[in-house]
Amino acid sequence: MRFLNRIKPAFWDHRILNGAPYRSQFNFRRTWYAAVFVTSAVVLAPLIFMAFMDYRATRHDMESEILLTTSRLVSNIRRSISYFFDERKSALHFLVHDNNFKMDENPRRLAQVLENLKKSFGGFTDLGCIRPSGIQGVYAGPYNLTGKDYSNQEWFKEVVKRGAFISDVFSGFRHVPHIVMALKFPSSDGSFGVLRATLDTGKFDNLLSNLEIDGHGDAFLVNHKGVLQTPTRSHGKVLERISLPIPDFAPETRVFPWTPKTGDPLVIGYRYITDTPFILMVVKHKQELMKAWDNTRKELIEFLAISVAFILFVILWGATYLVNRIYESDQKLIVSLHQVEYTNKMASIGRLAAGVAHEINNPLAIINEKAGLMKDLFLFKKEYQKNQVLMGLLDSILGSVTRCGKITKRLLGFARHMDVSVQTVNIEEVIREVLGFLNKEAEYRSIRISIEVAENLPNMDTDAGRLQQVILNIINNAFAAMENNGNLRVKVVMEGEKDILLTIADDGCGISETDLKRVFEPFFSTKTGNGGTGLGLSITYGLVEQLGGTINVKSELNRGTAFTITLPLTIKEKEMKNSCAYS
Amino acid sequence: MRILLVDDEQELVETLAERLSIRGIEARWATTGDAAMKFLEQKSFDLAVLDVKLPGISGIDLHGKMKAKYPDLKFIFMTGHGSQDDYAAGSAETGADYYLLKPVNIEKLMDKMKKLMGR
Repeated sequence: MRFLNRIKPAFWDHRILNGAPYRSQFNFRRTWYAAVFVTSAVVLAPLIFMAFMDYRATRHDMESEILLTTSRLVSNIRRSISYFFDERKSALHFLVHDNNFKMDENPRRLAQVLENLKKSFGGFTDLGCIRPSGIQGVYAGPYNLTGKDYSNQEWFKEVVKRGAFISDVFSGFRHVPHIVMALKFPSSDGSFGVLRATLDTGKFDNLLSNLEIDGHGDAFLVNHKGVLQTPTRSHGKVLERISLPIPDFAPETRVFPWTPKTGDPLVIGYRYITDTPFILMVVKHKQELMKAWDNTRKELIEFLAISVAFILFVILWGATYLVNRIYESDQKLIVSLHQVEYTNKMASIGRLAAGVAHEINNPLAIINEKAGLMKDLFLFKKEYQKNQVLMGLLDSILGSVTRCGKITKRLLGFARHMDVSVQTVNIEEVIREVLGFLNKEAEYRSIRISIEVAENLPNMDTDAGRLQQVILNIINNAFAAMENNGNLRVKVVMEGEKDILLTIADDGCGISETDLKRVFEPFFSTKTGNGGTGLGLSITYGLVEQLGGTINVKSELNRGTAFTITLPLTIKEKEMKNSCAYS
Repeated sequence: MRILLVDDEQELVETLAERLSIRGIEARWATTGDAAMKFLEQKSFDLAVLDVKLPGISGIDLHGKMKAKYPDLKFIFMTGHGSQDDYAAGSAETGADYYLLKPVNIEKLMDKMKKLMGR
């Protein structure tokens, strides 16, 4: 709270006076809110919108890139797998279409061919020729399978029907995963034979498991029923069912995102491999792939947050600064207006006083002459000469006339300064003139006034009207602060060579330390409810400034207050007018 | 010594003239500039006491007019407006011999008149 109070701008606690005109224009807080809100909306909305759009576009690009690379990877692996099968299928084709092929009759020849195939291509385990009856006539390989009857096996029926066949991976009676590749060929006796080769799956198992796939990815083959045909890293063992969905048939490579019920979202790419029962699947973890995006996103959000914070700071600072400047100018303007009003009022009162004094002077002069004449007549006529009562009455009339004359002269003297600007004045005379108006009050309230003026104080070239207003205001304040039997000290000394120092000190109630800082602020008054406008000292401050001087105050509660005013001995009329214009 | 008093307040000049007569001074009075000029045409005066503010013509202008026509005439101004300082400065400017503030002290007036005439 203390920190908030320290940074709180001056206008924040500004109160609008009830019934003041144009009240809405002086609601500085509302102006500040409006400035902050409008600027923030105009600046931040496009920034946040752009950042959001960029966020979405970058994310979309990233996701597209993942799909594209996955699709490319699936296509490349598919090509290798297809090539593997095509190569072996073509080799077997070549054998069965070779005119010298008589392997169904010659076991030694078949063994030799198997040996050549192993050397040239690899992956072949055994080779056999089956007669139309389904009985394997000739066999070359590690097992003794000559004479084995395949007539009831599905693959045999399939190859007889379609001419070629590649089986799923199966263990068979050997208990080793393998694939059977079979081709139907015309035999020399006009019937047909089936060439059957067993392929070791290790060859393409290696092909898939050695692939390095980003995003902790996995590449494997499944058959159309979803049974794994090759080992996987994290999706099950060979011949187990996969937990992933079996993708629908498509003639081309496809990639789709998929989120399991538990675990990370996945990106799955697949391709049905033509003429085989296999589907190639590549599975990647999306979160792993999006890690690069996470960094970008973090940077984007950080940048946005810092930008927003900075912009908000600048907006808040700017709005506060500007509204405060408006507030300060407004306050200055109000004080100036009041000062002008005050000066005009004083000038009007001055003119009124002068008029009244002049008007009274004429009948006063008549009273003076008539009473004088009466006295003259009495003095020349012997019967009245010694009438002390009559003479006393006349002297009393003449004395009162003289007193009235002095009052009117003082009024005229005070008013005389109102319209004149710079003139040569004796500050002591000005002080005494002002005190002349307050003497009676001082007498009634037993206030002792002491005036101490340094010897050889030069006359001042200044605006006597303003000077007497300054002195009158401060002495009036002092009178208000003092109890009966108070002491008022007025002291004038030289300050350096070009200034005089005027001190007006009272032993009144004093001003508290917190109020002391604000006494020159406009509308600040401790005399609330007692007709105090809170403008007296602020106007005095302005007047002293116009005279080219400075005013300071020192005070202690219940001990008294002292105002010290420094004024230049000489002020040029031009300078004073300038200072008025800026006030 | 013959003096002319000019002030728009008839009662004032009338009484003042009477008081001066008691003191052995021949005093005439007028309430307007024109009447004052007529008096001057009829008789010779040593001194004119003028109010600064007069109806029609100001005391200052009347002073100029009289001074031009009667260079030997001496002048004293009376005024109900302003302070001593002002008119001390003012008399130097206008060439008038003395300024007196209303209400006028008869002794002061006598004193100034004697000083002027004695010069």
